Amino acid sequence: MTSLLTVKSLCVGFPGKRGVLPAVEDLDFHIAPGETLAIVGESGSGKSTAALSIPGLLSRSSRPVVSGSVRFEGQEMLNMPDRKLARMRGPDVGMIFQDPSTSLNPVFTIGRQICEPLRTHMGLDARAAEARAIELLELVKVSAPEQRLAQYPHNLSGGMRQRVMIAIALACSPRLLIADEPTTALDVTVQAQVLRLISGLQKSLGMAVLLITHDLGVVWETADRVIVMYAGRKVEEGPVRRILSQPSHPYTEGLLRAARKEGRDGFLTEIPGVVPPPHQRPPGCAFEPRCARAIAACRAAVPAIRSTGPGQVAACIRAEEGQPA
Amino acid sequence: MAFSIPPFLQFMFRRVLQIIPVVIAIAALNFLLLSLAPGDAADVISANNGGASAEEVQALRESLGLDRPMIVQFFSYMGGVLTLDLGQSYVRGMPVLDLVMSRVPATLLLMVTSLALAVLAGILLGILSSTRYGSLLDRVMSIISLLLYSTPHFWLALMMIVFFSVHLGLLPSGNIATIGGDFSFLGRVWDVFVHLILPAVTMAMFYIAVYMRLMRSSMLEVLDLDYITAARARGASEKKIAYSHAARNALLPVVTLAGVQIGHALGGSVLIETVFGWPGLGRLVYESLLERDTNTLMGILVVSSVLVIVVSLCIDLVCGLLDPRIVHK
Amino acid sequence: MSRSSDFLRRLFSSWTTALGAVLLFIIVVAAIFGPIVYTVDPFEMLGRPAQLPSARFPLGTDVSGRDILAGILNGARVSLIVGLAASLGATLIGIVIGALSGYFGGLIDDTLMRITDFFLTVPNFVLLLVIVSVFTSTIEVITLAIAFVSWPSVARLVRSEFASHASREYVHACRGLGMSHMEIMGRQILPNVMAPIIVVSSLMVASAILTEAGLSFLGLSDPDIVSWGYMIGVGRTVLRSAWWMAAIPGVMIVLAVLAINLVGEGLNDALNPRMRQR
Repeated sequence: MTSLLTVKSLCVGFPGKRGVLPAVEDLDFHIAPGETLAIVGESGSGKSTAALSIPGLLSRSSRPVVSGSVRFEGQEMLNMPDRKLARMRGPDVGMIFQDPSTSLNPVFTIGRQICEPLRTHMGLDARAAEARAIELLELVKVSAPEQRLAQYPHNLSGGMRQRVMIAIALACSPRLLIADEPTTALDVTVQAQVLRLISGLQKSLGMAVLLITHDLGVVWETADRVIVMYAGRKVEEGPVRRILSQPSHPYTEGLLRAARKEGRDGFLTEIPGVVPPPHQRPPGCAFEPRCARAIAACRAAVPAIRSTGPGQVAACIRAEEGQPA
Repeated sequence: MAFSIPPFLQFMFRRVLQIIPVVIAIAALNFLLLSLAPGDAADVISANNGGASAEEVQALRESLGLDRPMIVQFFSYMGGVLTLDLGQSYVRGMPVLDLVMSRVPATLLLMVTSLALAVLAGILLGILSSTRYGSLLDRVMSIISLLLYSTPHFWLALMMIVFFSVHLGLLPSGNIATIGGDFSFLGRVWDVFVHLILPAVTMAMFYIAVYMRLMRSSMLEVLDLDYITAARARGASEKKIAYSHAARNALLPVVTLAGVQIGHALGGSVLIETVFGWPGLGRLVYESLLERDTNTLMGILVVSSVLVIVVSLCIDLVCGLLDPRIVHK
Repeated sequence: MSRSSDFLRRLFSSWTTALGAVLLFIIVVAAIFGPIVYTVDPFEMLGRPAQLPSARFPLGTDVSGRDILAGILNGARVSLIVGLAASLGATLIGIVIGALSGYFGGLIDDTLMRITDFFLTVPNFVLLLVIVSVFTSTIEVITLAIAFVSWPSVARLVRSEFASHASREYVHACRGLGMSHMEIMGRQILPNVMAPIIVVSSLMVASAILTEAGLSFLGLSDPDIVSWGYMIGVGRTVLRSAWWMAAIPGVMIVLAVLAINLVGEGLNDALNPRMRQR
């Protein structure tokens, strides 16, 4: 089995007053070429931190401490020199962010921002870059692309801005696209369009997608496999159909139950309590305080990840006893 | 027949109109100060001329219109100011406006040079400091900037003279040009430039410190924003991110502050021009103080305030160029 | 008790603040006790002019043979008193104008902010010179005049703080309880917005000292009082032959202003952790 991206025992922490606070702990996963892997979890689960640490984009002022291994086509990306890493961002790994209104530089034109990666990585001259930028804007279905080039981000709607962001991410035909909550900040009607656009482009360009989201509906529609994260750790992983029909972890079950309740957007009303912040995580299973099936042994140690079905793993010592939902 | 004035011109027009209330307010303040002051112009003039009898002072008072009721004097003064008549300099026997305007070019040359130098150096050093945040270089530059920020610039001016003129003999210690110098046109430009170096650099020092500190903190704030991460995500180099993506955005508060500080800089030029004998407005302030030429002082206040408004108008236009979101409504 | 010690610990957590505090302490002690211990009259001509430092004159003598050390110690008092008093005055004016403007808004706000903008437009050092030259230059007039041209920055800050608090729930609650506007502004809002005001007015002490030095350098100070700026002005006349005479009082100004700026920055970090300049 070939793997495009392999992440092994990834740990990310941020220095705080009482030492380094862990945001991501011991995360393993891989993505095959052309595959869509979704990471789901509540805010604070560490999913965005994990995604940002792959191309080395964590905020520098927060002084992140990263360990483990992130290999792209066998090449180690952690601790890679800045210049070398910058050459991979764009042609190898593209990225889309949550809020398109803050992800575009307000003082530069759309054209300049799309042309930037084309000129840096592909060595196109101004005219060729502009022609390619128009093609890209057509690809992401932006109307009147020629006029857009001279416009500034504040002239565009939210959905248009996200399309522009996608065009920028796709400019150098990356083999992996990381999409961090790409639809969260958009109107519901626009969300579906943007998702369809991403999946369509993925198929036609044959790129792999790492999708970070809290929305199980999005996962169901787009992903092949899914990872569920809770309090910085992977608690379950498996093919989308299997996870959504037969979850082994009580947390995944809770997520599903909450998602099925219609008309509610507070999506974890089914599970009492909140995700424990990094400095208050229990020594055992982090979900234990909120878990209806917790036993004394859950508090003893962090549960190991075990196989619970075909292609499915979970970190719960009571997984076999659980009733498949 | 409808035609529309471009919003840009409308904005300019409104800003120029703003000068009028400021001038009225200064004229009112001037008048208030004069009427609060012990003694009047007649007393000052006669004192300057070696004393006069009570009758003579009274006659002078009548000829100056100082015996009229306050309110009449106020409107006559105000009317004068609004028609660009700032009165006479009794000491120098010439119209205040002519006297003041003859000094404006020298002050503008000094101010524009030193502020441009300060903005440029402050911005570059601020970017450098922010990209090496926390490093030794950053800390040393922070300390130096705080030291410059705490130094009275008239004193720094004296020390610069001691070092560069007296000790090294490199640069002239004062004036705007060599007295009695016989130069070609280019020679004269060079001569003025050489005379400009010390005052402009001294004056710039303080503002370099101010702008560097502001640019640094503004950069640190911008470098944490989403669009910087996004620029990194598309493979932009760190250099390009700092000097192009972030700097362009971080510049705005610095330029805005430079606009606010024009008045401060004009005030500071009094001391710098006095130390270097630079024949500008500031030097005229000092001379008028010594001569107790109140009319000229008040006139300078009016003209320099107008100057501040005009320069800050120019800076607003620069802000509009820097940030496309600013639409001049 | 633990809150105040926590505050002090945060205040002195950086060595620059500690350095500033030590410097400031030394200068304050010198200003208070210096002239008492070292009783030489700074105006009296005691020896040959322009002497280099010696056992009799630790910092030498000036152009008229006056003791420079005596001048420095007496000048410290002037600088600190004028700096503190002018900053206090400016802060009071700024608080009143800013509070009225931010709390009431509307026409009051428009009018007061026009006035504030006017004072920000007029070159304030020139205005200061005009005021001082029109009146007699006594130390009281100088202090008041510096306060009179320095308040707008405080007013701006106080206005924005009051404006943001005026619409908060606790203020609505106070109004519901029937408190008067004066009570709400003075007892409820003001204590909540004091931290940034303290920082700005402590930094203003430094700029007031610089302003006073500039004034007395131009010879506009109280003729009965020795100040550092005046001493620089005196030293300027012999700059080419005896540069140290102007250098010494200038170094004192730099140290005093630096000390206050360092402490002010430390206060800023300790009081406004959100606005911490990294």
